[in-house]
Amino acid sequence: MSFHLILFLAFGAVCVGGAVNLLAQRHPINSALSLIAVMGALAGEYLLLGAEFVAAVQVIVYAGAIMVLFVFVIMLLNAGEEEETKGSRVAIVLGVPGILIASVLVAWVVLRRSGTGDVALGALPGYPREIAQLLFHDFLLPFEVTSILILIAIMGAVVLASKPEPPAGKVE
Amino acid sequence: MPLPLSIYIIASVIKSVIVLFVLLTAVAYSVWLERKVVGHMQNRWGPTRVGPFGLLQPAADGLKFLFKEDLTPPHVYKPLFLAAPMMAVIFALTSIAVIPFGNSFTFGPVTVPQFLPFHFEMPFHWGGTVIGPYSIPFQVTDVNIGLLLILGVTSLGVYGVALAGWSSNNKYSLLGGLRASAQMISYEIALGLSLVGVLIQSGTFSLRDIVNAQGGRFLYVIPRWNIFHGQFVGFFIYLMAAYAETNRIPFDLPEAETELVAGYHTEYSSMKFAMFFMAEYANMITVGCLATLLFFGGWNGPLAGPPLVRALLPPLWFCAKVFCFLFLYIWVRGTLPRFRYDQLMSFGWKFLLPLAIANLVATAIAVAW
Repeated sequence: MSFHLILFLAFGAVCVGGAVNLLAQRHPINSALSLIAVMGALAGEYLLLGAEFVAAVQVIVYAGAIMVLFVFVIMLLNAGEEEETKGSRVAIVLGVPGILIASVLVAWVVLRRSGTGDVALGALPGYPREIAQLLFHDFLLPFEVTSILILIAIMGAVVLASKPEPPAGKVE
Repeated sequence: MPLPLSIYIIASVIKSVIVLFVLLTAVAYSVWLERKVVGHMQNRWGPTRVGPFGLLQPAADGLKFLFKEDLTPPHVYKPLFLAAPMMAVIFALTSIAVIPFGNSFTFGPVTVPQFLPFHFEMPFHWGGTVIGPYSIPFQVTDVNIGLLLILGVTSLGVYGVALAGWSSNNKYSLLGGLRASAQMISYEIALGLSLVGVLIQSGTFSLRDIVNAQGGRFLYVIPRWNIFHGQFVGFFIYLMAAYAETNRIPFDLPEAETELVAGYHTEYSSMKFAMFFMAEYANMITVGCLATLLFFGGWNGPLAGPPLVRALLPPLWFCAKVFCFLFLYIWVRGTLPRFRYDQLMSFGWKFLLPLAIANLVATAIAVAW
């Protein structure tokens, strides 16, 4: 077993462990921190696959920006520990086997379609220049359409969050 | 010759130890420098008692921090209260790993003596063979996305401050932590955009290549540094945003004494408090290093003298430029008052951000044209 594979499995274990911990923790801030660990471990996996740019973006965008906002909101609302409820029987009887079957199915389909071949490091686009070529040249239209979609979502959020204007003529 | 794994690991360990030692010493002495310079600016002496010119003051401070009683208030959330200062220090020290201090230096060819055991993955089996020459970069690791890595690590640094404020279970700490995270998220955008202009000009994320692109001169006199090469506005934005990112005066609202006691580190004492202190100064040094690399030509500077001096001058130029930034930080601290929080936010969003976008568009048009 190569050093590379050991590292890959270790990061994978951190990923899965963090995701399970995210569900198991009762305090929201601990869950948020586990999610950050998952994001960091995913960045490590990308790095091991030779996608340095994606790894850096993963850390900057998810761990560094989005999760900071999550933590910020948890701190601001001072969300406390959740109450423990008895798990529903339906979830245990149907949910757990259902999730297992679904994940096995997805893994099976993916493996059937692409197999487990070896890919050399750097064989797939991973450098910023190659990714920029793909995003801004080969797939420019989908990229721009996505950015317009996000812009609409941002404007919607601003409209929803802004206070309604006070009726005209009334000065407080 | 490409570097074999064993040599690579040994060289990395040695470099990490040296860089960490130098960085921590620099952190300690920038505290001394700050106290001394601000003292003189305010017509005081600053530290004078411990050693000549108070030069041993950092050692005395360090000992004091180590031996102070380590208090943990009763109502804190303990795991995060302990983890927060560690996070702050770890993220502050990590980003130094990708900063290049000079060009590569060549190692070897060297004849390996018989007793050295590292024969695996080497082009020879036992000692007595010649290895090298190997070219070793003058930085801990040379990655081609160095700049992005620094941005990523510094964006994680906010967790230390935010979690310290939250886990202390104290209203002043919480307000300090909230202020810090809001401020750092806001100014990170302007900071990132101010660097894109440099990236467009040099066409790479590698800090080494960015510095190498700044060699040479205009008209034989003016160095071809990015600040003289169209990025003056970019540097201004970077400087403002960096002051806010490192929570320094005039943007040190997260620890505004007049409003928040000591902000996010109110409940911390002893070495835990010192760790926040170290993180702040290490961040200042990183910011200075980054400004030197991106806008002031890194280790480029006049070279003269015998080969040994020529080899040692580039890192010295680098350190001199970083020192100027540290001095500027202290100078600003001794000069400017603190902003109000709403002024800070409107400055960041309504002035710096549009200016950064305008600078970006102008640079892009200039490069394309």
